[in-house]
Amino acid sequence: MDQEAAKLVGAGLAAIGAGMAAIGVGNVFGSFLESALRNPGAADGQQGRLFIGFAAAELLGLLSFVVAMILIFVA
Amino acid sequence: MAAEAGKVDPMHQFTIEPLFGTDGWQVAGYNIPFTNSALWMVITALALLIFVAGGMKRELVPGRWQMAVESFTGFIDGMLAANVGPAGKKYVPYIFSLFMFILFANVLGMLPLGVIPGAHPFTFTSHFSATGVLAIMSFAIVLIVGFWKHKLHFFSLFVPHGTPLPMIPLIFMIELVSFLVRPFSLGLRLFVAMMAGHVLLEVLSGFVISGLNAGLGIGPVVSLLSFVLMIAIVALEVLVAAIQAYVFALLTSLYLNDAENLH
Repeated sequence: MDQEAAKLVGAGLAAIGAGMAAIGVGNVFGSFLESALRNPGAADGQQGRLFIGFAAAELLGLLSFVVAMILIFVA
Repeated sequence: MAAEAGKVDPMHQFTIEPLFGTDGWQVAGYNIPFTNSALWMVITALALLIFVAGGMKRELVPGRWQMAVESFTGFIDGMLAANVGPAGKKYVPYIFSLFMFILFANVLGMLPLGVIPGAHPFTFTSHFSATGVLAIMSFAIVLIVGFWKHKLHFFSLFVPHGTPLPMIPLIFMIELVSFLVRPFSLGLRLFVAMMAGHVLLEVLSGFVISGLNAGLGIGPVVSLLSFVLMIAIVALEVLVAAIQAYVFALLTSLYLNDAENLH
């Protein structure tokens, strides 16, 4: 495999990470909604924690996007 | 990778160009021109100034505009009160400026100004040089406040209560690394989220154009589907623009909580 092809394959593999982060973000919001429906009174107070969890889960997907971009445009 | 002829280059929108013939400007031996990024920062600051100035009339019965500004300040005030406590009151001006600046920049970058011939909208939050400086500012405030208030006791932030003695060196190193990574993750998150959204929109617009150029047959179907998807993604991107501004402000206030109250 020549180097250019290897870079593009690597960038494609990095996209798996973005998909995994999608599962993570879906899990964060899904779990929040599930428990918010059980106890709607406590839901509003937890919105800050919801977005902290969202930010943490999303960051890893964004990092895989950065890896893909670096492989295609920089390396 | 350069774009082939007839294709839309999704990375071209992030090009930084000197404007108004300032590409020869020299400051202390460095070439520092007035770029399109700087222009959009100025536009964002002016829009923010107009927005806030319109709400400064301090009427007893607020009008719509004053209500809009006050709901934003109230939102930031509530966020700091919930995350930092009473000591968070003095950070409201900084967090408010940060939140509104990022929010306005993201939303202004999403405006469809590209349909005007000659206008080149630019989202400066899609550059790490801009978001990195914002992150460093937040991190510097955390460091200054932490060391000012707690002196060297600030290092107890890296050793949680009740850590067994043999574990302390290991935990200290882990907590130190996670602390030092904060400015990078803070700046990187905003920059990548905005950049990814804009690249996605550009790729989809490339599909629409290529489909229309392909002539009758499958081309227009691809174009129509891509266009519908693009509208949905634009709605998502407006949401992301607001969420990323909120997350930046929220994480900054959490880090300020560490500096103010330790554990």
